[in-house]
Amino acid sequence: MTDRPTAGAPTPTAWALFVTFFTIALSGFGGTLPFARRTLVERKAWLTPEDFTETLSLCQTLPGPNIVNMSIVVGARACGWRGSVAASVGLVGAPVIIVIVLGMLYSRFGALGMVRHALLGLGASASGLIVATAARMAEPLLRGRPWLAAPFILVAFAAVAILRLPLPYVLVVLGPLSIAAAWSWKRNRA
Amino acid sequence: MKTSDTLVALAVQFTALSLVAFGGANAVIPEMHRQAVDVNHWMTNQDFAALFAIAQAAPGPNFLVTTLIGWKAAGLAGALVATAAMCGPSCLLTFWVARAWDRYRETAWRSAIGAGLAPVTVGFVCSSAFVLVRAADTGWKLAIVTAASAGVAYFTKLNPLWCLLAAGILGVLGLLA
Repeated sequence: MTDRPTAGAPTPTAWALFVTFFTIALSGFGGTLPFARRTLVERKAWLTPEDFTETLSLCQTLPGPNIVNMSIVVGARACGWRGSVAASVGLVGAPVIIVIVLGMLYSRFGALGMVRHALLGLGASASGLIVATAARMAEPLLRGRPWLAAPFILVAFAAVAILRLPLPYVLVVLGPLSIAAAWSWKRNRA
Repeated sequence: MKTSDTLVALAVQFTALSLVAFGGANAVIPEMHRQAVDVNHWMTNQDFAALFAIAQAAPGPNFLVTTLIGWKAAGLAGALVATAAMCGPSCLLTFWVARAWDRYRETAWRSAIGAGLAPVTVGFVCSSAFVLVRAADTGWKLAIVTAASAGVAYFTKLNPLWCLLAAGILGVLGLLA
């Protein structure tokens, strides 16, 4: 990473990475990505807006939680593997502890009428939020290249949701086919 | 199942999921559900919906349902094993690929991989939505809450936490049972 145009941008220390990603994790109710962008690009200026988009697309192409991947990349660029460890532990540590405590409360009090009723409502709402996420992800694909995208969306959905096939197998079969289709489509347009 | 067997099962499953979770944790919800409810019987459908709701309402990244599945299956050790297995392999892969990535910035195959994986990922996230709605909506009032939350989240820029809060309050008041 010697040739990155980082003139003027401060290089964070491992401790600064830990604290910053810790803050991002705890302010990120209902999704951390908007907070990550605000902090890394606007407040800290560790990344330019272009850097952020580029890094995000890398993190979205790779498997795993996107924001965790981003902490790895940002940490690595700042100070190698120590930066990656500091940033990712900062991001994941506190939320994991919080959620374990909530899980304990659930097993202790989950059977109480009031808690059960609250969780019914929360669960219904949370599933609705994922419906919206799915719709927002599908929309640009169906607008941009419907004949290329729709068959793969439908087959992946049918295989996993209806037929309940193991997801890794579905990905191993459909992924290469879809990449090949995207590849030939791009070549035909070029 | 013995605890040690459960821990091994958690480690193996979430390591595999970590490496196929293109599009993040939301894409592999159906597989987590299949393993946790159908195959290993670690929890009921209702438990799964409740744990997913808790993970969504908590601050932080959205893979936290993994931690809760591990916790429900094998306590604290299960939570830590599941979390490490879900994050570790993809983190190592990302660390390694990030070093090579800049070299291939403008190549056609790189964008073809991204463009090709996108529809499959969307199909998986649609499956997640399907699985979660079926687990959560055990009555018509809950189905209305789901539809309203989806509508608000899709058509407005309101923080989704308000939807969860409102639905939780309606639930506490006993209006959804």
